[in-house]
Amino acid sequence: MIENADQIFVLLQHWVMSFFPPALQHVVGVLISVVAIICVFPALFAISVLLERKGLGRMQNRYGPNRVGPLGILQPVADGLKSLTKEDIVPTSADGVVHFLAPVFLVVVVFMGYAVLPMGRNMTLVNLDAGLLFFFAMGASTELSVFMAGWSSRNKYSLLGAMRAVAQMISYEVPLLLASLVVVMMTGSMNLGRIVDVQNQYTWGLPHWYIFTPWGFAAFLLYATATTAESNRSPFDLPEGESELVAGYFTEYSGFKFALFFLGEYVGMLSVSGLGATLFLGGWSAPFSFLTWVPSWIWFFGKVMLSICVFIWLRGTLPRLRQDQLMNFAWKFVLPLSLLNLFVAGLWRFLGEGFARWGVCSAILLVAYFAMAKVGMRKESFGPRSYRYAE
Amino acid sequence: MFGEGILKGLAETARNFGGSFVSAERLTTVQYPEERLPQIEAARNFPFLVYDGADWEAGLRCVACQICEKECPPKCIYIEKSVDKKPDYTGKPQIYPTRFDIDISVCMSCQICVEVCPFEAIKMDTEFELSTTDRFGGLLYDRKELAKSNEHYHKIHPTEATEVDARLAEEKAKAEAKAKAAAETAAAKAAAAATATKTAGGELKA
Repeated sequence: MIENADQIFVLLQHWVMSFFPPALQHVVGVLISVVAIICVFPALFAISVLLERKGLGRMQNRYGPNRVGPLGILQPVADGLKSLTKEDIVPTSADGVVHFLAPVFLVVVVFMGYAVLPMGRNMTLVNLDAGLLFFFAMGASTELSVFMAGWSSRNKYSLLGAMRAVAQMISYEVPLLLASLVVVMMTGSMNLGRIVDVQNQYTWGLPHWYIFTPWGFAAFLLYATATTAESNRSPFDLPEGESELVAGYFTEYSGFKFALFFLGEYVGMLSVSGLGATLFLGGWSAPFSFLTWVPSWIWFFGKVMLSICVFIWLRGTLPRLRQDQLMNFAWKFVLPLSLLNLFVAGLWRFLGEGFARWGVCSAILLVAYFAMAKVGMRKESFGPRSYRYAE
Repeated sequence: MFGEGILKGLAETARNFGGSFVSAERLTTVQYPEERLPQIEAARNFPFLVYDGADWEAGLRCVACQICEKECPPKCIYIEKSVDKKPDYTGKPQIYPTRFDIDISVCMSCQICVEVCPFEAIKMDTEFELSTTDRFGGLLYDRKELAKSNEHYHKIHPTEATEVDARLAEEKAKAEAKAKAAAETAAAKAAAAATATKTAGGELKA
Protein backbone atom coordinates (compact mmCIF):
# COMPACT_ATOMS: atom_id res chain seq x y z
CA MET A 1 0.00 0.00 0.00
CA ILE A 2 2.74 2.39 1.06
CA GLU A 3 4.83 1.21 -1.88
CA ASN A 4 1.89 2.05 -4.12
CA ALA A 5 1.50 5.53 -2.66
CA ASP A 6 5.16 6.18 -3.29
CA GLN A 7 4.97 4.98 -6.88
CA ILE A 8 1.40 6.13 -7.58
CA PHE A 9 2.32 8.44 -10.46
CA VAL A 10 4.62 5.86 -12.03
CA LEU A 11 1.92 3.19 -11.76
CA LEU A 12 -0.62 5.61 -13.22
CA GLN A 13 1.66 6.30 -16.15
CA HIS A 14 2.18 2.59 -16.77
CA TRP A 15 -1.55 1.98 -16.56
CA VAL A 16 -2.28 4.62 -19.22
CA MET A 17 0.60 3.30 -21.33
CA SER A 18 -0.86 -0.21 -21.27
CA PHE A 19 -3.74 0.97 -23.46
CA PHE A 20 -1.37 1.71 -26.33
CA PRO A 21 0.43 -0.67 -28.69
CA PRO A 22 4.00 -1.52 -27.57
CA ALA A 23 5.57 0.53 -30.35
CA LEU A 24 3.87 3.70 -29.06
CA GLN A 25 4.25 3.05 -25.35
CA HIS A 26 7.53 4.85 -24.87
CA VAL A 27 6.35 7.98 -26.66
CA VAL A 28 3.08 7.99 -24.75
CA GLY A 29 4.94 7.55 -21.47
CA VAL A 30 7.14 10.54 -22.16
CA LEU A 31 4.16 12.61 -23.26
CA ILE A 32 2.31 11.79 -20.05
CA SER A 33 5.29 12.91 -17.98
CA VAL A 34 5.64 16.10 -20.00
CA VAL A 35 1.98 16.94 -19.61
CA ALA A 36 2.20 16.21 -15.90
CA ILE A 37 5.16 18.58 -15.52
CA ILE A 38 3.43 21.26 -17.58
CA CYS A 39 0.33 20.99 -15.40
CA VAL A 40 1.89 20.57 -11.96
CA PHE A 41 4.41 23.40 -12.02
CA PRO A 42 2.07 26.15 -13.22
CA ALA A 43 -0.28 24.96 -10.47
CA LEU A 44 2.57 25.33 -8.00
CA PHE A 45 3.25 28.73 -9.58
CA ALA A 46 -0.31 29.77 -8.77
CA ILE A 47 0.06 28.52 -5.22
CA SER A 48 3.37 30.25 -4.70
CA VAL A 49 2.05 33.56 -6.08
CA LEU A 50 -0.79 33.38 -3.62
CA LEU A 51 1.58 32.39 -0.83
CA GLU A 52 3.84 35.26 -1.76
CA ARG A 53 1.08 37.84 -1.84
CA LYS A 54 -0.47 36.69 1.40
CA GLY A 55 2.88 36.10 3.11
CA LEU A 56 4.30 39.47 2.09
CA GLY A 57 1.09 41.07 3.25
CA ARG A 58 1.39 39.49 6.66
CA MET A 59 5.04 40.49 6.89
CA GLN A 60 3.94 44.09 6.29
CA ASN A 61 0.99 43.74 8.69
CA ARG A 62 -1.57 43.70 5.89
CA TYR A 63 -4.18 41.10 5.00
CA GLY A 64 -3.05 40.42 1.45
CA PRO A 65 -5.63 39.36 -1.15
CA ASN A 66 -8.73 38.13 0.69
CA ARG A 67 -11.64 38.94 -1.62
CA VAL A 68 -11.68 36.33 -4.38
CA GLY A 69 -13.10 33.13 -2.96
CA PRO A 70 -12.76 32.07 0.66
CA LEU A 71 -9.66 33.73 2.19
CA GLY A 72 -8.72 34.88 -1.30
CA ILE A 73 -7.55 31.47 -2.47
CA LEU A 74 -9.03 32.01 -5.93
CA GLN A 75 -6.91 35.11 -6.49
CA PRO A 76 -4.54 33.33 -8.95
CA VAL A 77 -7.58 32.36 -11.07
CA ALA A 78 -8.71 35.98 -11.14
CA ASP A 79 -5.18 37.13 -12.01
CA GLY A 80 -4.96 34.58 -14.82
CA LEU A 81 -8.32 35.55 -16.28
CA LYS A 82 -7.38 39.21 -16.08
CA SER A 83 -4.12 38.73 -17.94
CA LEU A 84 -5.84 36.53 -20.55
CA THR A 85 -8.49 39.11 -21.31
CA LYS A 86 -6.12 42.07 -21.45
CA GLU A 87 -5.18 43.69 -24.68
CA ASP A 88 -1.88 42.49 -26.10
CA ILE A 89 0.02 45.59 -27.15
CA VAL A 90 3.14 45.40 -29.32
CA PRO A 91 4.91 48.75 -29.77
CA THR A 92 5.03 49.90 -33.39
CA SER A 93 8.80 50.24 -33.37
CA ALA A 94 9.35 46.88 -31.67
CA ASP A 95 10.83 43.92 -33.50
CA GLY A 96 7.61 41.94 -33.68
CA VAL A 97 9.00 38.43 -34.15
CA VAL A 98 11.62 38.63 -31.41
CA HIS A 99 9.17 40.44 -29.16
CA PHE A 100 6.77 37.53 -29.57
CA LEU A 101 9.41 34.82 -29.25
CA ALA A 102 11.05 36.09 -26.05
CA PRO A 103 8.36 34.99 -23.55
CA VAL A 104 7.72 31.74 -25.43
CA PHE A 105 11.41 30.94 -25.42
CA LEU A 106 11.68 31.74 -21.71
CA VAL A 107 8.87 29.41 -20.75
CA VAL A 108 10.09 26.60 -23.02
CA VAL A 109 13.63 26.80 -21.66
CA VAL A 110 12.48 26.99 -18.06
CA PHE A 111 10.34 23.89 -18.48
CA MET A 112 13.19 22.04 -20.16
CA GLY A 113 15.12 22.16 -16.88
CA TYR A 114 12.53 19.91 -15.26
CA ALA A 115 13.36 17.10 -17.64
CA VAL A 116 16.30 15.98 -15.52
CA LEU A 117 15.01 16.72 -12.00
CA PRO A 118 14.23 13.59 -9.97
CA MET A 119 10.89 14.45 -8.37
CA GLY A 120 10.53 11.18 -6.53
CA ARG A 121 11.72 7.61 -6.64
CA ASN A 122 11.72 6.58 -10.35
CA MET A 123 10.19 9.94 -11.24
CA THR A 124 12.73 11.45 -13.61
CA LEU A 125 11.65 12.29 -17.13
CA VAL A 126 15.08 11.77 -18.69
CA ASN A 127 17.81 10.19 -16.59
CA LEU A 128 20.69 11.99 -18.29
CA ASP A 129 24.25 11.19 -17.26
CA ALA A 130 25.10 14.87 -17.52
CA GLY A 131 21.83 15.98 -15.98
CA LEU A 132 23.37 18.79 -13.96
CA LEU A 133 25.10 20.15 -17.04
CA PHE A 134 21.85 20.01 -19.00
CA PHE A 135 20.04 21.83 -16.22
CA PHE A 136 22.59 24.64 -16.13
CA ALA A 137 22.65 24.89 -19.91
CA MET A 138 18.90 25.38 -19.89
CA GLY A 139 19.04 27.76 -16.93
CA ALA A 140 21.63 29.92 -18.65
CA SER A 141 19.49 30.13 -21.80
CA THR A 142 16.95 32.25 -19.95
CA GLU A 143 19.43 35.10 -20.28
CA LEU A 144 18.95 34.98 -24.02
CA SER A 145 15.22 35.35 -23.67
CA VAL A 146 15.67 38.23 -21.24
CA PHE A 147 17.91 40.03 -23.67
CA MET A 148 15.58 39.26 -26.58
CA ALA A 149 12.76 40.88 -24.63
CA GLY A 150 14.81 43.91 -23.69
CA TRP A 151 16.30 44.47 -27.11
CA SER A 152 13.24 43.87 -29.25
CA SER A 153 11.03 46.22 -27.22
CA ARG A 154 13.03 49.25 -28.32
CA ASN A 155 12.48 50.96 -25.03
CA LYS A 156 15.19 52.43 -22.86
CA TYR A 157 13.84 50.88 -19.67
CA SER A 158 13.57 47.48 -21.28
CA LEU A 159 17.09 47.71 -22.60
CA LEU A 160 18.52 48.92 -19.30
CA GLY A 161 16.69 46.14 -17.50
CA ALA A 162 17.98 43.57 -19.96
CA MET A 163 21.55 44.87 -19.65
CA ARG A 164 21.34 44.68 -15.90
CA ALA A 165 19.79 41.23 -16.08
CA VAL A 166 22.47 39.87 -18.36
CA ALA A 167 25.29 41.41 -16.34
CA GLN A 168 23.82 40.04 -13.15
CA MET A 169 23.02 36.60 -14.48
CA ILE A 170 26.44 36.09 -16.01
CA SER A 171 28.13 37.30 -12.83
CA TYR A 172 26.16 34.93 -10.65
CA GLU A 173 26.30 32.03 -13.09
CA VAL A 174 29.96 31.53 -12.16
CA PRO A 175 29.52 31.11 -8.38
CA LEU A 176 26.35 29.12 -9.03
CA LEU A 177 28.28 26.57 -11.07
CA LEU A 178 31.23 26.54 -8.68
CA ALA A 179 28.95 26.04 -5.70
CA SER A 180 27.25 23.11 -7.41
CA LEU A 181 30.56 21.69 -8.51
CA VAL A 182 31.50 20.52 -5.00
CA VAL A 183 28.55 18.14 -5.11
CA VAL A 184 29.80 16.71 -8.41
CA MET A 185 33.29 16.41 -6.90
CA MET A 186 31.97 14.45 -3.96
CA THR A 187 29.51 12.28 -5.85
CA GLY A 188 31.69 11.72 -8.87
CA SER A 189 28.64 12.01 -11.08
CA MET A 190 26.58 14.66 -12.80
CA ASN A 191 23.57 12.39 -12.87
CA LEU A 192 21.01 13.93 -10.52
CA GLY A 193 19.48 10.55 -9.73
CA ARG A 194 22.85 9.30 -8.58
CA ILE A 195 23.41 12.45 -6.48
CA VAL A 196 20.14 11.76 -4.65
CA ASP A 197 20.98 8.08 -4.20
CA VAL A 198 24.29 8.94 -2.54
CA GLN A 199 22.52 11.27 -0.09
CA ASN A 200 19.73 8.78 0.57
CA GLN A 201 21.60 6.88 3.30
CA TYR A 202 21.23 7.14 7.03
CA THR A 203 23.60 7.05 9.98
CA TRP A 204 21.96 7.00 13.42
CA GLY A 205 18.69 7.82 11.71
CA LEU A 206 20.08 11.00 10.14
CA PRO A 207 20.49 11.36 6.38
CA HIS A 208 23.74 11.89 4.52
CA TRP A 209 22.57 15.14 3.04
CA TYR A 210 25.31 17.38 1.76
CA ILE A 211 23.98 20.36 3.68
CA PHE A 212 25.11 18.62 6.88
CA THR A 213 28.78 18.97 5.96
CA PRO A 214 30.80 22.19 6.28
CA TRP A 215 31.48 22.49 2.56
CA GLY A 216 27.93 21.42 1.72
CA PHE A 217 26.47 24.04 4.05
CA ALA A 218 28.70 26.74 2.59
CA ALA A 219 27.91 25.60 -0.93
CA PHE A 220 24.20 25.61 -0.13
CA LEU A 221 24.32 29.20 1.10
CA LEU A 222 26.34 30.26 -1.92
CA TYR A 223 23.97 28.35 -4.19
CA ALA A 224 20.97 30.00 -2.55
CA THR A 225 22.51 33.46 -3.00
CA ALA A 226 23.42 32.81 -6.61
CA THR A 227 20.03 31.33 -7.51
CA THR A 228 18.24 34.25 -5.91
CA ALA A 229 20.21 36.48 -8.23
CA GLU A 230 19.70 34.12 -11.18
CA SER A 231 15.94 34.15 -10.80
CA ASN A 232 15.90 37.95 -10.41
CA ARG A 233 14.41 37.76 -6.97
CA SER A 234 14.63 40.43 -4.32
CA PRO A 235 17.15 41.60 -3.07
CA PHE A 236 18.71 41.05 -6.51
CA ASP A 237 15.70 42.26 -8.50
CA LEU A 238 17.53 45.10 -10.22
CA PRO A 239 16.54 43.99 -13.73
CA GLU A 240 12.90 44.56 -12.81
CA GLY A 241 13.43 47.35 -10.29
CA GLU A 242 9.90 48.79 -10.33
CA SER A 243 10.95 52.04 -8.76
CA GLU A 244 13.58 52.86 -11.36
CA LEU A 245 12.88 50.84 -14.53
CA VAL A 246 9.05 50.53 -14.63
CA ALA A 247 9.19 46.75 -15.01
CA GLY A 248 12.65 46.21 -16.45
CA TYR A 249 13.01 44.03 -19.51
CA PHE A 250 9.30 43.28 -19.79
CA THR A 251 8.13 46.88 -19.60
CA GLU A 252 6.65 46.69 -23.10
CA TYR A 253 4.77 43.47 -22.50
CA SER A 254 1.13 43.27 -21.65
CA GLY A 255 -1.60 40.71 -21.40
CA PHE A 256 -0.66 37.09 -21.58
CA LYS A 257 2.92 37.66 -22.68
CA PHE A 258 3.48 39.52 -19.44
CA ALA A 259 1.89 36.62 -17.61
CA LEU A 260 4.27 34.27 -19.40
CA PHE A 261 7.25 36.25 -18.10
CA PHE A 262 5.77 36.07 -14.66
CA LEU A 263 5.22 32.35 -15.07
CA GLY A 264 8.76 31.93 -16.36
CA GLU A 265 10.16 33.71 -13.33
CA TYR A 266 8.27 31.61 -10.82
CA VAL A 267 8.66 28.32 -12.63
CA GLY A 268 12.38 29.07 -12.89
CA MET A 269 12.42 29.76 -9.17
CA LEU A 270 10.68 26.44 -8.54
CA SER A 271 13.18 24.64 -10.74
CA VAL A 272 16.26 26.10 -9.04
CA SER A 273 14.64 25.28 -5.70
CA GLY A 274 14.18 21.72 -6.96
CA LEU A 275 17.80 21.54 -8.02
CA GLY A 276 18.96 22.99 -4.70
CA ALA A 277 16.88 20.39 -2.89
CA THR A 278 18.35 17.68 -5.11
CA LEU A 279 21.94 18.78 -4.67
CA PHE A 280 22.05 19.66 -1.00
CA LEU A 281 18.84 18.55 0.70
CA GLY A 282 18.79 14.98 -0.50
CA GLY A 283 16.17 15.39 -3.23
CA TRP A 284 13.25 13.10 -2.53
CA SER A 285 14.81 11.38 0.48
CA ALA A 286 13.23 11.66 3.91
CA PRO A 287 14.90 13.80 6.61
CA PHE A 288 14.85 10.92 9.17
CA SER A 289 15.18 7.23 8.58
CA PHE A 290 11.91 6.50 10.40
CA LEU A 291 10.06 8.73 7.91
CA THR A 292 11.11 6.85 4.80
CA TRP A 293 7.61 5.38 4.46
CA VAL A 294 6.23 8.80 3.45
CA PRO A 295 5.98 8.95 -0.39
CA SER A 296 9.17 10.35 -1.89
CA TRP A 297 7.43 12.96 -4.06
CA ILE A 298 5.91 14.52 -0.93
CA TRP A 299 9.42 15.16 0.37
CA PHE A 300 10.59 16.62 -2.93
CA PHE A 301 7.67 18.99 -3.32
CA GLY A 302 7.75 19.81 0.38
CA LYS A 303 11.37 20.87 0.10
CA VAL A 304 10.63 22.91 -3.01
CA MET A 305 7.76 24.76 -1.36
CA LEU A 306 9.88 25.32 1.74
CA SER A 307 12.54 26.95 -0.44
CA ILE A 308 9.84 29.09 -2.03
CA CYS A 309 8.77 30.23 1.43
CA VAL A 310 12.37 31.20 2.18
CA PHE A 311 12.50 33.13 -1.09
CA ILE A 312 9.34 34.97 -0.05
CA TRP A 313 10.70 35.62 3.41
CA LEU A 314 13.88 37.10 1.92
CA ARG A 315 11.84 39.23 -0.43
CA GLY A 316 9.80 40.55 2.45
CA THR A 317 12.92 41.45 4.39
CA LEU A 318 15.75 42.69 2.22
CA PRO A 319 15.90 45.96 0.32
CA ARG A 320 17.16 46.00 -3.26
CA LEU A 321 20.92 46.19 -3.83
CA ARG A 322 22.61 48.88 -5.86
CA GLN A 323 24.29 47.80 -9.09
CA ASP A 324 27.84 48.24 -7.77
CA GLN A 325 26.99 46.44 -4.54
CA LEU A 326 25.55 43.61 -6.59
CA MET A 327 28.68 43.26 -8.70
CA ASN A 328 31.04 43.65 -5.73
CA PHE A 329 29.15 41.00 -3.85
CA ALA A 330 29.34 38.58 -6.76
CA TRP A 331 32.99 39.03 -7.68
CA LYS A 332 34.58 39.96 -4.35
CA PHE A 333 32.68 37.75 -1.97
CA VAL A 334 30.63 34.94 -3.49
CA LEU A 335 33.12 33.93 -6.17
CA PRO A 336 36.26 33.72 -3.94
CA LEU A 337 34.32 31.85 -1.29
CA SER A 338 32.98 29.33 -3.78
CA LEU A 339 36.50 28.82 -5.16
CA LEU A 340 37.76 28.28 -1.64
CA ASN A 341 34.90 25.90 -1.05
CA LEU A 342 36.15 23.72 -3.91
CA PHE A 343 39.47 23.47 -2.10
CA VAL A 344 37.77 22.70 1.21
CA ALA A 345 35.72 19.95 -0.44
CA GLY A 346 38.93 18.40 -1.75
CA LEU A 347 40.47 18.66 1.70
CA TRP A 348 37.43 16.95 3.19
CA ARG A 349 37.82 14.11 0.72
CA PHE A 350 41.52 13.55 1.47
CA LEU A 351 41.50 14.09 5.27
CA GLY A 352 39.70 10.80 5.61
CA GLU A 353 37.01 9.80 8.08
CA GLY A 354 37.05 11.24 11.57
CA PHE A 355 36.33 14.44 13.42
CA ALA A 356 39.54 16.21 12.38
CA ARG A 357 38.17 17.08 8.95
CA TRP A 358 35.06 18.64 10.49
CA GLY A 359 37.14 21.00 12.57
CA VAL A 360 39.62 21.88 9.83
CA CYS A 361 37.04 22.44 7.09
CA SER A 362 34.69 24.45 9.32
CA ALA A 363 37.55 26.57 10.61
CA ILE A 364 38.83 27.37 7.13
CA LEU A 365 35.38 28.33 5.90
CA LEU A 366 34.51 30.41 8.96
CA VAL A 367 37.80 32.27 8.93
CA ALA A 368 37.46 32.87 5.20
CA TYR A 369 33.88 34.07 5.66
CA PHE A 370 34.75 36.63 8.29
CA ALA A 371 37.93 37.73 6.53
CA MET A 372 36.15 38.13 3.21
CA ALA A 373 33.32 40.03 4.85
CA LYS A 374 35.79 42.33 6.62
CA VAL A 375 38.03 42.97 3.63
CA GLY A 376 35.91 42.44 0.56
CA MET A 377 32.72 44.02 1.85
CA ARG A 378 34.19 46.97 3.75
CA LYS A 379 32.56 50.28 3.23
CA GLU A 380 34.49 52.33 0.76
CA SER A 381 34.44 56.03 1.40
CA PHE A 382 35.33 58.37 -1.38
CA GLY A 383 34.99 61.58 0.59
CA PRO A 384 32.79 64.44 -0.50
CA ARG A 385 32.21 64.69 -4.21
CA SER A 386 34.20 67.46 -5.85
CA TYR A 387 33.62 69.09 -9.20
CA ARG A 388 36.12 70.65 -11.52
CA TYR A 389 34.81 72.88 -14.24
CA ALA A 390 36.47 73.70 -17.54
CA GLU A 391 38.11 77.11 -17.56
CA MET B 1 28.95 43.30 7.67
CA PHE B 2 28.89 39.61 8.60
CA GLY B 3 25.27 39.17 7.68
CA GLU B 4 23.91 39.69 11.17
CA GLY B 5 21.76 42.54 9.86
CA ILE B 6 20.09 40.12 7.46
CA LEU B 7 19.30 37.76 10.35
CA LYS B 8 17.94 40.63 12.40
CA GLY B 9 15.73 41.67 9.49
CA LEU B 10 14.52 38.13 8.96
CA ALA B 11 13.61 37.89 12.64
CA GLU B 12 11.69 41.16 12.40
CA THR B 13 9.64 40.08 9.38
CA ALA B 14 8.99 36.71 11.00
CA ARG B 15 7.71 38.51 14.08
CA ASN B 16 5.43 40.62 11.90
CA PHE B 17 4.22 37.55 10.06
CA GLY B 18 3.37 35.67 13.23
CA GLY B 19 2.12 38.72 15.07
CA SER B 20 -0.36 39.67 12.37
CA PHE B 21 -2.19 36.41 12.99
CA VAL B 22 -2.17 36.77 16.76
CA SER B 23 -2.86 40.43 17.50
CA ALA B 24 -5.50 42.24 15.50
CA GLU B 25 -4.17 45.71 16.39
CA ARG B 26 -1.13 45.09 14.21
CA LEU B 27 -3.33 45.05 11.13
CA THR B 28 -4.08 48.64 10.25
CA THR B 29 -6.14 47.81 7.16
CA VAL B 30 -9.80 48.84 7.25
CA GLN B 31 -11.88 46.39 5.22
CA TYR B 32 -13.46 49.24 3.26
CA PRO B 33 -16.91 48.42 1.90
CA GLU B 34 -17.93 46.58 5.08
CA GLU B 35 -16.30 48.87 7.62
CA ARG B 36 -15.23 52.45 7.13
CA LEU B 37 -13.45 55.14 9.05
CA PRO B 38 -15.42 58.25 10.02
CA GLN B 39 -14.76 61.18 7.71
CA ILE B 40 -12.54 63.82 9.20
CA GLU B 41 -14.14 67.25 9.42
CA ALA B 42 -11.75 68.91 6.99
CA ALA B 43 -12.46 66.36 4.27
CA ARG B 44 -13.79 67.79 1.04
CA ASN B 45 -14.64 66.47 -2.34
CA PHE B 46 -17.15 68.13 -4.67
CA PRO B 47 -19.35 71.21 -4.11
CA PHE B 48 -23.02 71.11 -3.25
CA LEU B 49 -25.68 73.81 -2.94
CA VAL B 50 -27.06 74.54 0.51
CA TYR B 51 -30.79 75.09 1.03
CA ASP B 52 -32.69 76.08 4.15
CA GLY B 53 -35.99 74.63 5.21
CA ALA B 54 -37.79 71.66 3.77
CA ASP B 55 -38.29 72.63 0.15
CA TRP B 56 -35.02 72.54 -1.73
CA GLU B 57 -36.23 74.73 -4.56
CA ALA B 58 -37.58 77.50 -2.34
CA GLY B 59 -34.76 77.32 0.22
CA LEU B 60 -31.81 77.41 -2.16
CA ARG B 61 -29.42 80.10 -0.93
CA CYS B 62 -27.91 80.65 -4.36
CA VAL B 63 -28.83 83.96 -5.96
CA ALA B 64 -27.25 83.17 -9.36
CA CYS B 65 -24.65 85.92 -9.02
CA GLN B 66 -22.34 83.77 -11.18
CA ILE B 67 -19.19 84.65 -9.25
CA CYS B 68 -18.37 80.98 -8.77
CA GLU B 69 -18.97 80.29 -12.43
CA LYS B 70 -16.49 83.02 -13.36
CA GLU B 71 -13.92 82.06 -10.75
CA CYS B 72 -14.00 78.29 -11.34
CA PRO B 73 -10.54 77.42 -12.74
CA PRO B 74 -11.58 74.38 -14.79
CA LYS B 75 -14.94 76.00 -15.73
CA CYS B 76 -17.09 73.17 -14.52
CA ILE B 77 -20.03 75.33 -13.36
CA TYR B 78 -22.86 76.43 -15.62
CA ILE B 79 -25.55 78.81 -14.34
CA GLU B 80 -28.68 80.26 -15.90
CA LYS B 81 -30.37 83.18 -14.14
CA SER B 82 -34.09 83.37 -13.55
CA VAL B 83 -36.19 86.27 -14.80
CA ASP B 84 -38.49 86.38 -11.79
CA LYS B 85 -37.40 86.80 -8.18
CA LYS B 86 -37.97 84.91 -4.94
CA PRO B 87 -37.35 86.10 -1.39
CA ASP B 88 -34.04 85.06 0.22
CA TYR B 89 -33.48 84.27 3.90
CA THR B 90 -33.81 87.93 4.90
CA GLY B 91 -36.95 88.23 2.89
CA LYS B 92 -35.36 90.36 0.22
CA PRO B 93 -36.43 89.41 -3.33
CA GLN B 94 -33.53 87.89 -5.27
CA ILE B 95 -33.12 86.19 -8.59
CA TYR B 96 -32.35 82.48 -8.39
CA PRO B 97 -30.68 79.92 -10.71
CA THR B 98 -33.02 78.13 -13.09
CA ARG B 99 -30.10 75.96 -14.01
CA PHE B 100 -27.04 75.15 -11.95
CA ASP B 101 -24.85 72.39 -13.36
CA ILE B 102 -21.51 71.09 -12.09
CA ASP B 103 -19.56 68.60 -14.14
CA ILE B 104 -17.81 66.64 -11.41
CA SER B 105 -15.62 64.90 -13.93
CA VAL B 106 -14.10 68.35 -14.60
CA CYS B 107 -14.21 69.72 -11.06
CA MET B 108 -10.82 69.62 -9.36
CA SER B 109 -12.12 70.08 -5.80
CA CYS B 110 -10.19 73.34 -5.31
CA GLN B 111 -12.90 74.95 -3.13
CA ILE B 112 -12.50 78.34 -4.87
CA CYS B 113 -16.24 78.51 -5.54
CA VAL B 114 -16.80 78.16 -1.80
CA GLU B 115 -14.27 80.87 -0.98
CA VAL B 116 -15.78 83.42 -3.36
CA CYS B 117 -19.46 82.81 -2.64
CA PRO B 118 -20.81 85.83 -0.70
CA PHE B 119 -24.07 84.08 0.11
CA GLU B 120 -22.76 80.88 1.79
CA ALA B 121 -24.69 79.02 -0.86
CA ILE B 122 -22.08 76.59 -2.15
CA LYS B 123 -20.09 74.30 0.15
CA MET B 124 -17.85 71.25 -0.20
CA ASP B 125 -19.35 67.82 0.22
CA THR B 126 -17.55 64.75 1.55
CA GLU B 127 -19.37 62.20 -0.60
CA PHE B 128 -16.81 60.16 -2.54
CA GLU B 129 -18.66 57.10 -3.80
CA LEU B 130 -19.71 58.77 -7.03
CA SER B 131 -18.76 56.20 -9.61
CA THR B 132 -21.30 55.67 -12.33
CA THR B 133 -21.64 53.65 -15.49
CA ASP B 134 -22.79 56.71 -17.43
CA ARG B 135 -19.72 58.84 -17.79
CA PHE B 136 -21.42 61.77 -19.55
CA GLY B 137 -24.85 62.26 -17.98
CA GLY B 138 -24.00 60.53 -14.75
CA LEU B 139 -21.21 62.91 -13.86
CA LEU B 140 -23.04 66.11 -14.80
CA TYR B 141 -24.96 67.12 -11.70
CA ASP B 142 -27.94 69.49 -12.02
CA ARG B 143 -29.20 71.72 -9.22
CA LYS B 144 -31.59 69.09 -7.88
CA GLU B 145 -28.75 66.63 -7.38
CA LEU B 146 -26.52 69.37 -6.00
CA ALA B 147 -29.06 70.71 -3.52
CA LYS B 148 -28.47 69.44 0.00
CA SER B 149 -30.02 70.66 3.22
CA ASN B 150 -28.34 72.79 5.84
CA GLU B 151 -28.72 69.81 8.20
CA HIS B 152 -26.50 67.79 5.89
CA TYR B 153 -23.97 70.59 5.99
CA HIS B 154 -24.12 70.55 9.77
CA LYS B 155 -23.57 66.82 9.73
CA ILE B 156 -20.43 66.83 7.57
CA HIS B 157 -18.75 70.08 8.70
CA PRO B 158 -20.29 70.94 12.11
CA THR B 159 -17.88 73.71 13.18
CA GLU B 160 -17.95 75.49 9.86
CA ALA B 161 -21.72 75.20 9.53
CA THR B 162 -22.26 76.67 13.00
CA GLU B 163 -20.06 79.63 12.11
CA VAL B 164 -21.93 80.14 8.87
CA ASP B 165 -25.26 79.96 10.64
CA ALA B 166 -24.13 82.53 13.22
CA ARG B 167 -22.95 84.84 10.46
CA LEU B 168 -26.18 84.49 8.54
CA ALA B 169 -28.23 85.07 11.70
CA GLU B 170 -26.21 88.17 12.45
CA GLU B 171 -26.71 89.48 8.96
CA LYS B 172 -30.36 88.72 9.14
CA ALA B 173 -30.62 90.49 12.48
CA LYS B 174 -28.72 93.44 11.07
CA ALA B 175 -31.00 93.52 8.04
CA GLU B 176 -34.02 93.34 10.29
CA ALA B 177 -32.64 96.05 12.55
CA LYS B 178 -31.91 98.15 9.51
CA ALA B 179 -35.39 97.55 8.17
CA LYS B 180 -36.79 98.40 11.58
CA ALA B 181 -34.65 101.51 11.81
CA ALA B 182 -35.66 102.45 8.32
CA ALA B 183 -39.25 101.85 9.21
CA GLU B 184 -38.77 103.92 12.38
CA THR B 185 -37.11 106.77 10.51
CA ALA B 186 -39.84 106.59 7.98
CA ALA B 187 -42.40 106.63 10.74
CA ALA B 188 -40.54 109.41 12.53
CA LYS B 189 -40.31 111.33 9.33
CA ALA B 190 -43.96 110.82 8.70
CA ALA B 191 -44.73 111.85 12.25
CA ALA B 192 -42.42 114.84 11.94
CA ALA B 193 -44.05 115.75 8.70
CA ALA B 194 -47.40 115.42 10.31
CA THR B 195 -46.32 117.56 13.27
CA ALA B 196 -44.77 120.05 10.89
CA THR B 197 -48.00 120.32 9.00
CA LYS B 198 -49.78 120.58 12.27
CA THR B 199 -47.41 123.21 13.57
CA ALA B 200 -47.66 125.05 10.33
CA GLY B 201 -51.38 124.81 10.64
CA GLY B 202 -51.10 126.05 14.27
CA GLU B 203 -48.90 128.92 13.23
CA LEU B 204 -51.31 129.70 10.60
CA LYS B 205 -53.99 129.54 13.20
CA ALA B 206 -51.99 131.69 15.47
